[in-house]
Amino acid sequence: MEKELKVSAIKDGTVIDHIPAQNLFKVISLLGLENIPNQITFGTNLESHKLGRKSIIKVADKFFADDEINKIALVAPEAKLNIIRNYEVVEKRVVEVPNEIIGYVRCFNPKCVTNHQPVPTRFYLVGKHPLALRCHYCEKVTTEEHLVIL
Amino acid sequence: MIKNKSLISINDFSRDEILRIIELAADFEANPNQRLLEGKIIASLFFEPSTRTRLSFETAMNRLGARIIGFSDVNATSTTKGETLKDTIKMVSNYADLIVMRHPLEGAARYASEQASVPVINAGDGANQHPTQTLLDMFSIMKTQGHLENIKIAMVGDLKYGRTVHSLLMAMSQFNPTFHFVAPDELKMPEEYKSFLREKNVSFTEHRDMNDILPEVDILYMTRVQKERFSDLIEYEKVKNTYVLRNAMLDNTKDNLRVLHPLPRVGEIDPDVDANPKAYYFKQAENGVYTRMAIIASILGVK
Repeated sequence: MEKELKVSAIKDGTVIDHIPAQNLFKVISLLGLENIPNQITFGTNLESHKLGRKSIIKVADKFFADDEINKIALVAPEAKLNIIRNYEVVEKRVVEVPNEIIGYVRCFNPKCVTNHQPVPTRFYLVGKHPLALRCHYCEKVTTEEHLVIL
Repeated sequence: MIKNKSLISINDFSRDEILRIIELAADFEANPNQRLLEGKIIASLFFEPSTRTRLSFETAMNRLGARIIGFSDVNATSTTKGETLKDTIKMVSNYADLIVMRHPLEGAARYASEQASVPVINAGDGANQHPTQTLLDMFSIMKTQGHLENIKIAMVGDLKYGRTVHSLLMAMSQFNPTFHFVAPDELKMPEEYKSFLREKNVSFTEHRDMNDILPEVDILYMTRVQKERFSDLIEYEKVKNTYVLRNAMLDNTKDNLRVLHPLPRVGEIDPDVDANPKAYYFKQAENGVYTRMAIIASILGVK
């Protein structure tokens, strides 16, 4: 951790660590980072004991609300957050898949109304390991292997 | 309270609400012409054709004295011009007091109920839910058995894709039934429903041959085994005759046994069964009208 902080330390903000390397851009998109003016640095394909290759994102002057950050739990369930204030880690957090997931996961059922009409998708968490989400509309369960982020 | 509530999935109604509908259906059967909905307008929106369900609903509406607007052919509507379901529903809910809809997309009824300012009754959304069918099946079980508790039910045919058997299974599980599932390997009851039953401590057995369990059951619920469901047509040819009920097979069955089928049937019940007093499927369809009267009257708050 110290090594990472030395690489591009931020004074205040959030470090999101342990993102699976292949999901870096999904995390960026889920958090809407491409649309904010804050300074952002990221590294990818870094070595990780846990994940093989991981990514890390540092966002200056940004502190995420729980429901905002928990969105990434679907693509980065092992993600760890370090909240930085005045170059010090003041808080560490993990992410948790929310019980209700609205608007960013595709229903795997091709006949679901959400795949044909402009309807935001909505799921209820029915299983964590492996991940299983029940569609509020068609009532079918989308599992981890069919998970597509919109 | 059922008043003003949409009926989208059978799980939306509690055990007491189900019993209330069944009780009311029996009242309507005893006295079918009750013009309780004089001055009310009901929209009957059939985005895909379903003659049987539509006629049953519209008969129920007419017997209640309501007036009906709607369509039975989506090609005659603005949907073909690209109008969204939301817009159609918003518009219709300004005209009608209740919407009954059938739609080929799964979840369409739930979505419509969120957009509508009036209650919505799901008359079938793709392969997902068809709750009024489940309620009429339960009314039929109640009528033929006198109660809903501890019934032994055999479900035969396509148990994998058949939405009617899935919904009936879930709703009946509140009344301590025993299930016997009879299906070819390719169309067996999906694991998710079996684990639901295990969680609820409902006992069930699985069979390939319905003769194994016919002597012990109270309700024989037949469904269609459709050729197009088979990936292997040789398999279909091998099993198709196994899932056909013939009159002689009913010989050693219980007196209270009744044969149900959501209809339409194709070949799975031989016409020689029709004259047997245990054949109940046409009466079951008639029960659908009273059940739908009960549902509509409850939601509109006149019963």
